[in-house]
Amino acid sequence: MSDIYREIILDYYRHPRNQGKIENPDIVARDSNPLCGDDIEIQIKLSKDKKSIEDIKFNGKGCAISQASVSMLTEMVQGLSLEEVKGISKEDIFEALGNPDLGPTRVKCALLGLKVLKLGVYNYLGSKLDSEREGL
Amino acid sequence: MLEAKYYDVYKIREDFPILKRKVHGKPLIYFDNAATSQKPQRVIEAIYRYYKEYNANIHRGVHKLAEEATEAFEEARDKVAKFINARYREEVIFVRGTTEAINLVSRAWGDYNVKEGEKILITEMEHHSNIVPWFLLSDRKKSKVEFVKITDEGLLDIQDLNEKLDEKVKLVSLAHSSNVLGTINPVKEISKLSHEKNALFLVDGAQSVPHLKVDVQEIDCDFLAFSGHKMLGPTGIGVLYAKREILEKMEPFLGGGDMIKEVHKWGARWKELPWKYEAGTSNIAGAIGLGEAISYLLSIGMDKIREHEKDITSYTLKRMREIENVKIYGPEDANKKCGIVSFNLGDIHPHDLATLLDEEGIAVRAGHHCAQPLMERLNIPATTRASFYLYNTKEEVDVFIETLKKAQKIFLP
Repeated sequence: MSDIYREIILDYYRHPRNQGKIENPDIVARDSNPLCGDDIEIQIKLSKDKKSIEDIKFNGKGCAISQASVSMLTEMVQGLSLEEVKGISKEDIFEALGNPDLGPTRVKCALLGLKVLKLGVYNYLGSKLDSEREGL
Repeated sequence: MLEAKYYDVYKIREDFPILKRKVHGKPLIYFDNAATSQKPQRVIEAIYRYYKEYNANIHRGVHKLAEEATEAFEEARDKVAKFINARYREEVIFVRGTTEAINLVSRAWGDYNVKEGEKILITEMEHHSNIVPWFLLSDRKKSKVEFVKITDEGLLDIQDLNEKLDEKVKLVSLAHSSNVLGTINPVKEISKLSHEKNALFLVDGAQSVPHLKVDVQEIDCDFLAFSGHKMLGPTGIGVLYAKREILEKMEPFLGGGDMIKEVHKWGARWKELPWKYEAGTSNIAGAIGLGEAISYLLSIGMDKIREHEKDITSYTLKRMREIENVKIYGPEDANKKCGIVSFNLGDIHPHDLATLLDEEGIAVRAGHHCAQPLMERLNIPATTRASFYLYNTKEEVDVFIETLKKAQKIFLP
């Protein structure tokens, strides 16, 4: 069996959770990875006080790694406050994926979803994502 | 033995030290030759010897080392000239690679010969390096770029070429062999068609010169561009061939040292060919390495290399048909193509496939291969590409096929 494509990644790839769109979302963000053409859009519906995530969906196209990791991410952040979302690190993503030995190229696929999510949240909060510092 | 047909491939493999290495614990299977080739020991040694024994700058030195370096550098030019059958050695200009060669033409020829409304005719199967320089020329000169269509089989649509080749076309510029489809284009015929319409003809030989016998006089092309690193030589060295009468009329590309005869406060006079186009210190070690690579290729024979690659390619195509859901792009007849097989397996993303192959020690390329207009034409975001060279074997293809079958089980249950 493959070292990278473990059952958990394949499961999310074959049966993506939270794929789709939201009506009247509060936050919409999108980015792509020019290297492989992975393209992810995330839509978020916020709670009444506009402080936490009530619903989140993603759509787009890409490889198994990017699709599985963004799908896991959407489950991870369901109900979290925007401040809490800001604290999610790339290590959290790697852990969710089962810490596979991704090379430097494929790491970008794994982190695209987190980058899009943070872009959206930071933008909504009126600040800027320091992607260099966060390694995204 | 499966493959003693054209030469002893196992003996050839001995010449390439990197082929002994393991990747993720598995023997390396290098199927990324269209990106860059591996280097035989004697090329590595030729470069090493230059730095170790006679490193010096060329052309101006009067000392012994400079003379030796100059001689080796210019001998490499002679080897290239002979290899492509140029009429004169001064038709061979050393550049960094195919990209620089085409940019040189677009600047030093295009800027002075292409006017507003005139056209550069390229094709849908070009690499970005034969597209973007012409877009840049369009920005400078308000000229146009037109794309000749390809057929569904992945061949050039000659009828469309004929229709688009009108009196506005100043240059026809195309890949001899496509870096994605592998298609070998009928350059001799296209050269004739171009010249009938008074257009010049540029051949992008990046994927053909390393694998086929390319004869510039037979093709009668006006320009030929190719890279050393795809033909067993080092990176950073490539060649622009151009007919002498065209080079003589062209302006220099870069200005600086080594390309001038004299410089005064009132101006400068250029050196004669080919040095007029080689400003600054050239990649001396690179040229020497390329010369050695050519000697090595000739010691085996380009015809034999072509036959071997054809054999490997048709075997690969045959075995890939065993796999369900495989879609191959480009001609499926090895006679019509170089050793390049681009494909998709179901809807598995090429990057997933390439990662899985890498885990088995197999190096392939996945992505748009710097040919996005072609991806748009094929209506796909990317492909996986296996590309062969003289040292690949059918046993390697067997491992590749088994891994594709495994990938299918993992991703398409």
